[in-house]
Amino acid sequence: MNIQDFIQKVETEFDQITPGSLKPESEIKEFFEWDSINALVFIALVNVEYDVEINAEDLQQSQTVHDLYTLVESKSQERA
Amino acid sequence: MGLFSIAHCRVAGLAASVPKQMMHNADYEWISPEERVALIKTTGVVSRRIASPDTTAVDLAQHAAEQLLAALGWERSSVGLLILVTQTADYLMPASSNILQHKLGLSKNCMAIDINSGCSGYINGLAVAAGMVSAGSIGRALLLNAEIPSRNTSARDKSTFPLFGDAASATALVFDQHAKPISFNIQSDGSGYDAIMIHDGGMRNPVSAETSFQLKPIAPGIERNNLQLALDGIKVFNFSMREVSANIRALLNAGNETQQPDFFVLHQANKLIIDSIRKKMGENADKFPVSIDRFGNTSSASIPLTLVTELSGVLKSKPCHLLLSGFGVGLSWGSCIVHTDQLLIPTLYEV
Repeated sequence: MNIQDFIQKVETEFDQITPGSLKPESEIKEFFEWDSINALVFIALVNVEYDVEINAEDLQQSQTVHDLYTLVESKSQERA
Repeated sequence: MGLFSIAHCRVAGLAASVPKQMMHNADYEWISPEERVALIKTTGVVSRRIASPDTTAVDLAQHAAEQLLAALGWERSSVGLLILVTQTADYLMPASSNILQHKLGLSKNCMAIDINSGCSGYINGLAVAAGMVSAGSIGRALLLNAEIPSRNTSARDKSTFPLFGDAASATALVFDQHAKPISFNIQSDGSGYDAIMIHDGGMRNPVSAETSFQLKPIAPGIERNNLQLALDGIKVFNFSMREVSANIRALLNAGNETQQPDFFVLHQANKLIIDSIRKKMGENADKFPVSIDRFGNTSSASIPLTLVTELSGVLKSKPCHLLLSGFGVGLSWGSCIVHTDQLLIPTLYEV
């Protein structure tokens, strides 16, 4: 997996994000809140795309897009 | 129990009933219009059916059963087993199946039992009913799945209130030497008992004037009391993703099935879960019928309701090979493979 591919998948999934606007250093909260729906949609996306399981606490600890990517990548490596 | 197979039991017919009254999630004023759009998109629930205050799950079940008995032309005295699967029974006791035995005019020789099972309740009920029919001394059985979960949700809880709808179904099972076996894979994990639960009202936490009725803020958009349904959406989602596709795959690999199922009919938990499981399995959307848009999550009735509303044309006209899968409260989950042939399905009954 790579971060550009990850960003593209997130931008496609979330209608409220303008394609091309998300950068690795972007603060997540500038784009959306981790409310229950957004959290579920993100958890579903990475489960289907990367076969990883993320919980609500994991999400709360991620500030930037890069944090999110690292979270998914580390879970993916744990599984492998 | 895991994997097992039940011979000599055939599904002969299927009926469902729902309340007439509709509730639209676009009108759910507890949350903002933007949130409503996101909620409808993610859960897939546009509208749902809500039982009137004087209607219970037993009433809905009675209507579904009456429709089915009439369509089959069964003598009431010929029904030897009545199983009611519900988590919204009329009373703590007696069992609601006993009340239905009387209301339906079934014989005193009919065994009537309730099964307390929710999202996986169609599979659990089918396994118990088919197992008893398979033994040979019960020729005809009725499996009823009836739920009014809308009665248990807090209108100030966006994580439950807009999801659930009310419905009932009746499934007719007959002893048949030539029936193709029904194969099951049924599992459970009570360590997740608190992922979906109603905290008070049982014997562990009896109803208390001090604590049961007080509306408590849980999270933004979520206020409920201890007698109302609590649901941990992320926990349930992760559980479903972890267990359901693996359970289905194990069942498909275990049997002597050479053909793939014509349809995968999943418990209508929410659209995100159904779509995610489907994508994980690499299947096309047209093999996964969905009724949640118009009926919401109807707990153990959701699989038979979906069969009636989405597949009755094909089920009535030709042989079908169905994979059914239920998962949720318990935690409990299970799948089964059923071969049907020209099922008898009366039109959806609206009460």
